[in-house]
Amino acid sequence: MGAIGVIAVNAFRESLRDKILYNLVLFAGLLIGLSVLLADLSITEHHKVIADMGLAAINLIGVIIAMFVGISLVNKEIERRTIYTIMARPISRSFFIMGKYFGLTLTLLVNMSVMLAVFLLTLWLYHVPIEPSLFQAVQLMFVEILVVTAIALFFSTFTSSTLSAIFTLGLYVIGHLTADLRAMVANSEGVVGKAVVDLLYYLCPNLEMLNIKGQAAVGVSVAPEYMMLASLYGLLYAGVLLTGACLVFQRRDF
Amino acid sequence: MDDIVTEDLSKSYPSGWPGRPPFVALDGLSLTVRRGEIFGFLGPNGAGKTTTLKILLGLVRATSGRAHLLGEPAGDVATRRRIGFLPESPYFYDYLTAEEFLGFYGELAGLSRAVTTQRVDELLQLVGLGEARTRQLRKFSKGMLQRIGLAQALIHDPELVILDEPMTGLDPVGRKQVRDLILSLRDRGKTVFFSTHILHDVEMICDRVGIVMKGRLVASGRVNELVRQDHIQSVEIVCQHIKTEGNALIHSLATRVLQQGPQCLIVLPSPDAVDVLVGEIRRQGGRLLSVTPHKASLEDLFFHEAAQAVSRVPAHVTSGRVS
Ligand SMILES: Nc1ncnc2c1ncn2[C@@H]1O[C@H](COP(=O)(O)OP(=O)(O)OP(=O)(O)O)[C@@H](O)[C@H]1O
Ligand SMILES: [Mg+2]
Repeated sequence: MGAIGVIAVNAFRESLRDKILYNLVLFAGLLIGLSVLLADLSITEHHKVIADMGLAAINLIGVIIAMFVGISLVNKEIERRTIYTIMARPISRSFFIMGKYFGLTLTLLVNMSVMLAVFLLTLWLYHVPIEPSLFQAVQLMFVEILVVTAIALFFSTFTSSTLSAIFTLGLYVIGHLTADLRAMVANSEGVVGKAVVDLLYYLCPNLEMLNIKGQAAVGVSVAPEYMMLASLYGLLYAGVLLTGACLVFQRRDF
Repeated sequence: MDDIVTEDLSKSYPSGWPGRPPFVALDGLSLTVRRGEIFGFLGPNGAGKTTTLKILLGLVRATSGRAHLLGEPAGDVATRRRIGFLPESPYFYDYLTAEEFLGFYGELAGLSRAVTTQRVDELLQLVGLGEARTRQLRKFSKGMLQRIGLAQALIHDPELVILDEPMTGLDPVGRKQVRDLILSLRDRGKTVFFSTHILHDVEMICDRVGIVMKGRLVASGRVNELVRQDHIQSVEIVCQHIKTEGNALIHSLATRVLQQGPQCLIVLPSPDAVDVLVGEIRRQGGRLLSVTPHKASLEDLFFHEAAQAVSRVPAHVTSGRVS
């Protein structure tokens, strides 16, 4: 196994021994349970509410883990000085970053899979039809989570944990708003405002592109081409951030 | 063949404030560690020992100067396969058990799984942690962490071992074990470079030492060269049944006279007066019990250099204010 693999497997092991992950899975179960409760109250849109709440819960928990674990992934190693003995080993700094990233990706993959399983079970129990669109939505959610993890990791290579959290959250929110903002200012007169929004649009990740929850909950699928393109976009964005993180990390003193 | 060579190594840390000059932690440090020797890197707190070691391992980038390990530039990734490192205070993944921890470092060093398993067993025995192998590191005591850290540094049987204060946190038995371990590494042809501020450890096991103060190497060489064994500082003479009270000769020679019952301790400032004093003891019919020469120790040298380093600073400051 290469050095990246060794680091990744160990990062995965760390998150498994971190009880927080289990708690969040439990939390997902609770949220889905709540959706069932709510569905009992509103008889009319029973199916849609369950699907909506379930997808939202999976998304929220995935993003929270990606942000918080992503930020601490490398920062914690530096703050706790565990990095000294790792970086004294025959492993380049870039490989270390990539190993940590893939370790967390693996954790998130397992985590999302468990949540998806719980979700599907809930749907099945309440006789809600399981549409392919649901799987599409979860797949793009996972891509979004890969991007969010990369954002968190990128910031954490050069700022404190607190600042990284603020920046990552900020970029996440902006990433969901830029498309709307751009549409809003499209017809306006202000040149400067338009330029700023354009800049934000191209610089920040277009996370809304990866959000198809609304239509997926009512069983409307997107074209396979859209899935391909959106996934490719997300992976590319994450790749660029990861490269940036590696470059910044190369020049750090510990 | 030299395993570690640094030339004019300097490191300044940014002060963090615009306009304030950076802090100079290393100031043109040049040293050489030969293959197969135990080299002690000695210096007071904040002298720059850890900074030097971090530069050697590529954890910190030198501001200027050069450093080579095993013939390759410091920080070269592939060369680190041949180097073992124990950092200053052992901070490790505390969620791993001793066994998993060493296995992780073995795999990182590129050992096969079979070799790793075997080495883990050997090293757990070597550092006396065989019983704690399935315990998580978070449950380890400080000394146990130091031991597992040492095991981690040796898991891949490196040619060059770099240890930052390997004896701190250990009990007397542990200190002796680490000293023996370092000696056995040399016996197997390894090079050991370790930092410390404990002179005793250095005097006992090092082939050569370097003394660093305020980021500069102020002395380096064999321990016995540095402290000039032939330079005897004082002589202690113990004798019996002589009368020292009111004896002008004895009091003029000695720096100290201690009478305890029939026994008497006389301290002479140099060996020159030994013959005269022994003659006086014979003349009185007393009995000579022992003559002990006291050599200048590394400690004396250390304090001497420390005093000079300290006295250098105010001079700079005053001259700075005047000009
Ligand atoms: N990251 C840093 N930023 C700023 N100054 C630093 C940094 N690391 C070390 N220093 C300073 O550099 C000097 C040398 O530190 P270093 O840790 O090398 O000393 P040391 O000889 O290992 O001391 P000790 O015996 O206490 O371990 C100290 O004055 C320290 O404050
Ligand atoms: Mg130190």
